[in-house]
Amino acid sequence: MALDHVDLSIEEGEFVAILGTNGSGKSTLAKQLNAILLPTSGVCRVAGMDTRAAERLWDIRQTVGMVFQNPDNQIIAAIVEDDVAFGPENLGVPSDEIRRRVDESLAAVGMTSFRGFAPHLLSGGQKQRVAIAGTLAMKTKCLVLDEPTAMLDPVGRREVLETVRRLHRESGITVVYITHFMEEAAAAQRIVVMEDGKIVEDGSPKAIFGRVDAMRKRGLDVPLAAEVAWKLQKQGIQLPENIVTNEELAVALCR
Amino acid sequence: MPIELRDVTYTYMKGTPFERTALQNVSLTIADGSLTAIAGHTGSGKSTLVQHLNGLLHPTKGEVLVDGVNLAGKKEEAGLARRKVGMVFQYPEQQLFEETVAADIAFGPKNLELSEDEVNRRVRSAMEFVQLDYETYKDVSPFRLSGGQMRRVAIAGVLALKPDYLVLDEPTAGLDPQAREELLRRIVDLHRKKKLTIIVVSHNMEDIARMAERVVFMHDGHVLVDAPPSKAFLADEKMREAGLTAPPTVALLSILRDKGLQVDADAFTADEAVKRILKAIQKKGGAKC
Repeated sequence: MALDHVDLSIEEGEFVAILGTNGSGKSTLAKQLNAILLPTSGVCRVAGMDTRAAERLWDIRQTVGMVFQNPDNQIIAAIVEDDVAFGPENLGVPSDEIRRRVDESLAAVGMTSFRGFAPHLLSGGQKQRVAIAGTLAMKTKCLVLDEPTAMLDPVGRREVLETVRRLHRESGITVVYITHFMEEAAAAQRIVVMEDGKIVEDGSPKAIFGRVDAMRKRGLDVPLAAEVAWKLQKQGIQLPENIVTNEELAVALCR
Repeated sequence: MPIELRDVTYTYMKGTPFERTALQNVSLTIADGSLTAIAGHTGSGKSTLVQHLNGLLHPTKGEVLVDGVNLAGKKEEAGLARRKVGMVFQYPEQQLFEETVAADIAFGPKNLELSEDEVNRRVRSAMEFVQLDYETYKDVSPFRLSGGQMRRVAIAGVLALKPDYLVLDEPTAGLDPQAREELLRRIVDLHRKKKLTIIVVSHNMEDIARMAERVVFMHDGHVLVDAPPSKAFLADEKMREAGLTAPPTVALLSILRDKGLQVDADAFTADEAVKRILKAIQKKGGAKC
């Protein structure tokens, strides 16, 4: 059983990170969100649409876009802008509208200057941004990213995370972000922790990462600043609770 | 004997419009028993470099010697030299294919035409080394294991070939924190206990900082930095040039220093970072800043 009686509601405009060990059910959960997988029992609704309703499938997939781990598995066209146009073309969108959407989407991920490039000439982070643009061109309201930075170099990781944060902040896109990098999860508004197919924690990054011991016990980690703050406290250094970022630790130590 | 790259240049699709030089005059010696990490952004040439280490690619110019034997040689000895270098590719678990864990690990040694006893011995010891209990897992399908366990099966399959050198490309990518921790520990053990010479390619600066004795930053097809982690990761400018970022500990301590805490930034684990901060606070007579 990959998912075990999961109850979860993600609001429009939220940025939720999902954490959990390998095999905890994160990816299975993500695939429920745009009907790649359907629940064996129970119901999954996307913007009110039951994912089991076959006639709504394309509406669901237009609402929720997915970005996967491997950038090389998601790009199909020989030119960046053709790839971004692929989704709307298949939806039968008129060509001048496609043109507009492609331009907007590439601008939104900061890839306009690469629009005539062959994808294989791009870095991993750039390819992931093209993949994100591809979903934006379908006017998705929600972006589900399944370990989008696992194969990227540090610069690529930063590019992808910053793009996602900006889309959330400026365009109000709902984000579900699966990751093993705790620093990336700290950027979310809410963290859901999965274990054995169940949701075992659900709270703000501060609440979740403030409990270093509990996270360790689950085979997970916390951002470095949280761990260091926790260890300093154990050594008798007085610090405020719930430090998660480097800046917060710096402020606390250097006030 | 070491692995030596002598003035290696490699050009993809030479003589075509797509010609691209991925390595430019790279000279590098990987000493016996060392643990070297290779880092660099996408397209820096690091994957091209490691594919030279066991003769998957041959230099366009220059030569690669393993234990003094040129890998591009035609003779049998070149083939034997290539076998000394075990290669664990990215996401090696995608290459698992057998019905049981034991059969998958045995595939390589069987192809070396070893006796059945020897194959079994190697499978057992490789599994032991990656901490997969032989009796518990030998008959299990590798596809029923967790991601971390699958990766360890794949690594055991390479270890069973008894290489003298082990090259691992992004060994911890996609693993959860605990699986990553365990795998790093296993790799360091291979180095310390089995005296294997290890080369790790990684994007994860934290992993590199914690285990490597030597760090090579690749950039634009050449070696930009070749130094111990304590030096390499404090060279801000070179790191930026290579498109890399400091390990989290160094980044954290640097921020504290910028804010006025007199702290040394050369820590690569959380515990070391805590020690540095405590020391800085004590120096101030208990005052934090």
